[in-house]
Formats: sequence, structure tokens, C-alpha cells
Amino acid sequence: MAYDKFNILTTTAVPLPIENVDTDQIIPARFLKATERKGFGDNLFRDWRYHPDNTPKEHFVLNNPIYSGKILVGGKNFGSGSSREHAAWSVYDYGFRCVVSSFFADIFRNNCLNIGVLPVQVSAEFLDKIFKAIEANPKTEIEVNLPEQTITILETGEQENFAINDYKKENMLNGFDDIDYLLNIKSNIEKFAENTPL
Amino acid sequence: MSKTLFDKVWDSHVVQHIENGPDVLFIDRHLVHEVTSPVAFLGLKNRGIKVLYPERTFATADHNTPTRNQHLPVKDKLSANQLKALEENSKAHNIPYWGLGHEKNGIVHVIGPENGITVPGATIVCGDSHTSTHGAFGAIAFGIGTSEVEMVLSTQCIMQPKPKSMRININGELNRAVTPKDVALYIISKISTSGATGYFVEYAGDVFRNMSMEGRMTVCNLSIEMGARGGMIAPDETTFDYIKGREYTPKGAEWDKAMEYWSTLHSAEDAVFDKEIIFEASDIEPMITYGTNPGMGIGIQKGIPTAEAVEAGAATYKKSLAYMDFNEGEAMIGKPIDFVFLGSCTNGRIEDFRAFASIIKGRKKADNVTAWLVPGSHKVEEAIKAEGILDVLQEAGFELREPGCSACLAMNDDKIPAGKYAVSTSNRNFEGRQGPGARTLLASPLVAAAAAVTGKVTDPRELLELQEA
Repeated sequence: MAYDKFNILTTTAVPLPIENVDTDQIIPARFLKATERKGFGDNLFRDWRYHPDNTPKEHFVLNNPIYSGKILVGGKNFGSGSSREHAAWSVYDYGFRCVVSSFFADIFRNNCLNIGVLPVQVSAEFLDKIFKAIEANPKTEIEVNLPEQTITILETGEQENFAINDYKKENMLNGFDDIDYLLNIKSNIEKFAENTPL
Repeated sequence: MSKTLFDKVWDSHVVQHIENGPDVLFIDRHLVHEVTSPVAFLGLKNRGIKVLYPERTFATADHNTPTRNQHLPVKDKLSANQLKALEENSKAHNIPYWGLGHEKNGIVHVIGPENGITVPGATIVCGDSHTSTHGAFGAIAFGIGTSEVEMVLSTQCIMQPKPKSMRININGELNRAVTPKDVALYIISKISTSGATGYFVEYAGDVFRNMSMEGRMTVCNLSIEMGARGGMIAPDETTFDYIKGREYTPKGAEWDKAMEYWSTLHSAEDAVFDKEIIFEASDIEPMITYGTNPGMGIGIQKGIPTAEAVEAGAATYKKSLAYMDFNEGEAMIGKPIDFVFLGSCTNGRIEDFRAFASIIKGRKKADNVTAWLVPGSHKVEEAIKAEGILDVLQEAGFELREPGCSACLAMNDDKIPAGKYAVSTSNRNFEGRQGPGARTLLASPLVAAAAAVTGKVTDPRELLELQEA
């Protein structure tokens, strides 16, 4: 599915300094019953965000009006567990375009890249700096520059580079998805399949 | 350079390598279930294309299905709608669909091997992280997201960079009552839930060589819980004996030809792995988890570690123990429990029911325990009956449910109530995984059985000794 192009994102960020945030927390399984991709943002972090009676848990960061922005900053090993792409959808649908962490689980990272959410992996030290900067000033702006592959805390100018392979970078910059690419090389695939018995 | 088992299988499936980018990887077999596929089929519809190779795709209903009264219409409207969508999509694209009531229905990672869809050297994917299970046969198998499900349906390929390689070696003999589940929980407790992220694991050594196929599946299943994309074990006689004669495995001359190839599927003596880890079989005890990720496990006789002793941040650790209502330093033995769940793609096979029955035989279910015993498939259910295990279960006061993922992820009605403790043979003890507020203790079928008859966390070795006395 096509998504908005990603170039330079300058925005405030929402801090979630918890490690091993798994995709069951990002979107609990009972919200995976849809047959269409819509409305998942409402249930992002559902059980951390709401009490069982659906009233908001006021201490959870998404319910704190001080914090906002298009970047979600999470602790180490973000997105572990289930392969549900619904987790990435709910992050996107809520309004985030970028997730920053010092370490991502594989499948979640892939899913993000496939739907237009940029996973930015930084060092543990830089992650700590971001958390501290947001703690000191929730209006701290962060710039994520995809063409240059840099992430900058604008207030202090502190910067780090991040990695992304050239192919995925090109896709994100242009809003392309992998299926477009694969359909273009379909005849190669069909030739390959002929020599690959069941 | 000499190739690893993983290299051999991966490299032979690369349609195209993109410089400083992913490989285009051909997928031999694709398993589909109701939860992660509807949006992918919708994508095909929007593009106006059909499934390229429907004969390489198999569909089942498992995640979102009731485990009672499957012959009746599914009550939950959203669930019924999702099942209907899979049935219609399968029909529209000529994909075999093994829905509720079908003799081949069951958990996707149980029915793949059972029907011979899973074979050595194949690439197998499914929109489910526990697809790693199939690596037990020497296949490259891993979970994918829905965008990738759409890619496989439309082009039979995905695009991913080749992961790094890791070998986990365990030699020696396992202690008494130590099962494949304990081996996996032990590894995860040592390397953490992110210890193998970025890697594809090969399990090697006596312990895995001597394991049954069911046991190997349990271990490979849990590869994802150490962060690995997947795990695999080189095929051997145990593998070939298991798959021979199953419906979708090659027959006759095709079998001989396949065997020729399969016998080459092992890492070269001088193959180099990016990382090697060694453990000793004798160090492994029956395991149980005390926290909210599968890495938070200990030998059942040990105490809960203190925050200083763990690698994760203290704040995250304390949050986890608070959720469980456990304290640092406490013993796990003797903790009262409320529920027991035997089942899932991790431990829902016949061997797991045999192990469970070996403990409960001649005993009674504890009054304070609600037990959900859910076979992984109809074939497992049939074997439970044929082997007389059902009688043992019933005599001890247990009831057998119908197949499905059930309380492992609690999408259906099988939800552990808030605050209750469940000893579960499944794979994840995440917050709310088995129901909002539910508290999960992951363990083997033996530990689950010991808890089911005593109503508390109990070392299964004690009960086994009593049986022999």
C-alpha cells in the first residue's frame, strides 16, 4: 500500500523510556479482528493507555498533553514478539512517522519500513540524550533527515548518523513499496519458479 | 567460503541480489491464517491481480477460533467475519482452505509439518512470528508482516537482507524432566529476548540430535523469543522418518531425488558462523518464567533475581515484577496458581500431551485450577484419543477442547481473567498476552501438569519420584 514520502521530519517527540516494548503492548491481539486497515491508532498501546472501563490512564505518556509530535522514542529492543503488522499500522495511524530506539526487533523494523514508518536506530548514549532533552523540555524539536541519514536534537545541535540500506531509503523517499518492485521483475521470478519444484 | 546450512538454503532461493539492499528471496511454501491475511488479499484486489502460485499456499483458521462447539456458527461477529473473509479469499484464488471442522484444521505450525508441507531445504513463510517452528526440518522458515504476505501472494517472493548466522551448541545429556521447552527457555534466559536479533540460528549438538521432531519444533518455535528471525536444525534420519509418506512430501522417484539433495543440507565442517554460543546440557533444569518476557526465566528451584542481577534497566524490571505481583528474591516453588494452559504451536503436539498425561495419571486436577487443554490440530486430537490419553485426562478431571491457538494469544473467549496466574505451555508471557491483566508463567508440559494437580508451582521431578516409589 502506498504511503506518504519521507524526507526531512522536524517535530517534537513522545518519550516511552521502557525496554522490550513488545507488539502485544503496541496493539493487543483482541484488536486484530479487522479485515481492513483502518482505525488502528485508536488502540495503540490500548492497555497502557486505558483502564478496563475505557477511561484514560492519566499517567501514560500518550494521555499527557505536554507530549506530542510525529516521533515516538522507545527503549531498547522495541517491537519484539509477534509479527503483527498491525503494530506498525497503529503507530502510523496514530500519527507517528518515525520510531527512535537503541535497538529494534527484526520483524517490527521490517514492517515499519514496508508501510512508511522510519525506524531510526541510535546509540544507547544518544537515546539517553534524547530522553533527557525531552524530559528537560517537552517541546524539544528533533530533526530526522533521511537524505543525510542524520538525527539531530535541534536545541543542542547534538547529532548522530543512522543506517538504512540504499534500496529502502529510495523507497521511503519516494513512497514506493516492494510489490511495485517485485511485479516489475515478475518474468525473472517466473523463470526461477520453473526450476524450483514444489 | 564453506557454507552453513542456512547459506545453502538461502543462497539457492535468491532470485536477485540488490547491491546495498535486500535479496529477492523465492518462497517455496506459504501458510496463511485468518488474522494477518485479509488486508493482503485486499491489496491484491486493489491492484487487480491474482495469487501467482496458489498451489504453493495453504490456508487454515486457527488464531481467532473458538475451542468449543466448533460445529456451531462462530458467535463473535468480527471473528466470524474474519473467518468468512479467509474462506472467500481462498476460494477466489484457488487456495486449499482447511477451515473449522476440516479434518486437517489446526494451528498453522502444527498442520504444516503434519501434512508434509514442511520439508527440508524449503523456504517457508507465514504472517506469524512462530513460523520459525518449521526450521526443525532444516527449512528456512520465518514470520512476516502483512505487506510481505501480499508480496508472496502476488509474486511468491519477499525482499529481505540476508541475516547474520549464529550457532547454538549444546552437548551432553539432559537432566531428568528437562524437556525441549526447558532447553529453549534456558537459552533465552541466558541470551535475552534480543540476544539473537539480526541472526538466523542453527541448533547443533547432541541435545538437538537426540530430540524427536516434536521437540525440535518446540525449540525452533521459540527462536523468535530470543530475537532471531528463525532457527533451524540439519535434517537427519529422525527428520526423514517423520516426513516420509505424508500427504505433500515427494513420493517414489521424486522422494529419492529429494533425499539426494536433503542429505547435503548440513553446515560444512569449516563453515564459519558470525557468532557461536555453547551451553552444557547438564546445567539445564526444568524452567519457569516469573516476569513479562520469555527471557525472564529461571530453574524452577531458584529464586526471582534481584534488579541488580539483571541486565535490563531496573525500572523496566520493577515494572514487570509489579505487573506479576512478585518480589525480588522470592521462590517460585509453592506459588499458588489459578489456570493451566496446555497447547499452542509451542507445546500442542502429541508428545506434549503424552508428557502431561505421564504426570497426571492416577492423580486429580486440583480444585483451585481451571485447566484448558487444547490440541494443536484435529490429528493431534485423534492421536490423544487413539493412545488412550483422553481417558487418563478425563479420569483425572480434565476436559479436552477443540484445536486452535486459544489462550496463547486470547483472541477468542479463552482469556485468563485479570490478576489470575496461569502456568502456560505457550510462548509469551507479555503483559495481557493471555487476556487483559492476566499473569503468565511459561513452562513445559511437565511443569504445567505438576501445577495442574497440586494447584501451585511444583517441581515435576517430585511427582515423578513419587510415581516410581
